[in-house]
Amino acid sequence: MFDVKKIRKDFPMLKQTMQHHPLAFFDNASTTFKPQCVIDAINLYYTKETSNSHRGDYDLCYHVDQEIDATRQLVAKFIHADPTEIVFTSGASMSINLVAFGYAAKYLKKNDEILLTEAEHASNVLPWYKVAQMTGAKVKFIPLNKEGRLTLENVKKVTNKKTKIIAIAQVTNVLGYLVPIKEITKFAHHHGIIVVCDGAQSVPHRYTDVKDLDVDFLSFSGHKMCGPTGIGVLYGKFALLDKTDPLMTGGGMNSRFDMCGAVEYLAPPMKFEAGTLNIAGIYGLKAAVTYLMKLGMKNIEKYESTLRQYLLTQLKKMPDIIIYNEHAESGIITINKTKVFAQDEATYLNSQGIAARSGQHCAKILNKFLNTPATIRLSLYFYNTKEECDRLIKALKKGDYLDAYFA
Amino acid sequence: MPISLDANMMRAIIMDHYQNPQHKKTPKSGYLSIHSKSENCIDDINVYLKVNKGIVVDALWDGIACTISTASTDILCELVIKKKEADAKKIIREYFKMIKEEKFDEDLLGEAIAFINTAKQAARIKCATIGAHALEDLLDHKHEKK
Repeated sequence: MFDVKKIRKDFPMLKQTMQHHPLAFFDNASTTFKPQCVIDAINLYYTKETSNSHRGDYDLCYHVDQEIDATRQLVAKFIHADPTEIVFTSGASMSINLVAFGYAAKYLKKNDEILLTEAEHASNVLPWYKVAQMTGAKVKFIPLNKEGRLTLENVKKVTNKKTKIIAIAQVTNVLGYLVPIKEITKFAHHHGIIVVCDGAQSVPHRYTDVKDLDVDFLSFSGHKMCGPTGIGVLYGKFALLDKTDPLMTGGGMNSRFDMCGAVEYLAPPMKFEAGTLNIAGIYGLKAAVTYLMKLGMKNIEKYESTLRQYLLTQLKKMPDIIIYNEHAESGIITINKTKVFAQDEATYLNSQGIAARSGQHCAKILNKFLNTPATIRLSLYFYNTKEECDRLIKALKKGDYLDAYFA
Repeated sequence: MPISLDANMMRAIIMDHYQNPQHKKTPKSGYLSIHSKSENCIDDINVYLKVNKGIVVDALWDGIACTISTASTDILCELVIKKKEADAKKIIREYFKMIKEEKFDEDLLGEAIAFINTAKQAARIKCATIGAHALEDLLDHKHEKK
């Protein structure tokens, strides 16, 4: 039984107010709140267990190394990977950059093709533009269908012998559709194409099995799944990680080097983790993953889906609400209110204690498709409630958004 | 509210300039221009100024903007037209004081007083000042020629 009232007690942020109202947070696609256990884990590192990893001969160090190993193992278990395939990064952006510059820039040749979609987040577009610039490869966009979905059929349409990489989000951050990643991966591998999957919006919300999806790389961020900021993960198949160059070099990632410039790197994942890791972040990530696994990813998925339907049913009854992604599978609902500029409506929601994001949501090339300069994005997580949805609907029904200005 | 306008009047002023901006036009030539874009929202505007012998002859703007940035930019354009450059600068300075909730000269701001509550919605300060910053830069001659 998924007891949301009990769950909410774990989150100090949910006790906060905004503009003299209880805080209702509908911006979970940008970041999420942290349960007390995550905050405690970070504090534990700073108050009782501070020391660096891989370094000393004393107990504290040994313990920190143990914790880092344990976190790697736990994250591996969480997504059904091997611990040697889990690289700690600063977040999904760094993970994608590591694949782009460490792998793609090394192997792509002139006129090779990289496939993306218009719905991708900037972090999954700009590194590929840069790689294209460096290698002479070309970035091409897989067309979305009328609804804004990525389909296997459309992937097939633009794939050719030059296609080397498909870089797509499993769930995109504005439209929130679930991409048929397993089917795409199967097709891609049949043609010798590598699939780089961005899991920033999917891994926090659904059961993930990288073996089943068979993706080659998967990136995600800790802070979007109840963990701290500044820590994230790159999963990569070991053979591919082994072929990937590190983005950063330095301490903790080499096994030996000499004054003639000969260097031998450690094996993955250590090869990618130069310098002191975000150890407090790793402590926090471990607590977050433990917390999510205890709740059960399939339970989280089910709860969010029910809540989405509840909110959607009410939004659909409102004639002045435009819904851009009615049939999306994730907790992301993207809307506009007719004749109201998205940011103005979001300001009104703020005045009612409701946090929602307006704008282009870092997917700036999508606007042409949506035919609007901006939208309001409502993104749910497992701690949102029907009561919060009711408050949101009530606020959206309010006629005059300029009230925020004159309350 | 300390000011002579009530909330309904302020609301009417903002909506009027949002729905029918008087100075939202793209000039052909002879204007100083500046491009101003917010990093965290989609406001993306150009502001144009025509100055002759130290007098602001015309002020225009175009681009994509929310209610608050549209109305504030339009009103400030209105306010600086036919003013000496120094007086126009003074108006912009007083406007910034109002936004920062400091003491300001109400008599200089006309309809721009409608934005007196901006600080209560702190995330909108950028919207209410995007045009003001652009005009300030133009009056300080930090611009490209058009």
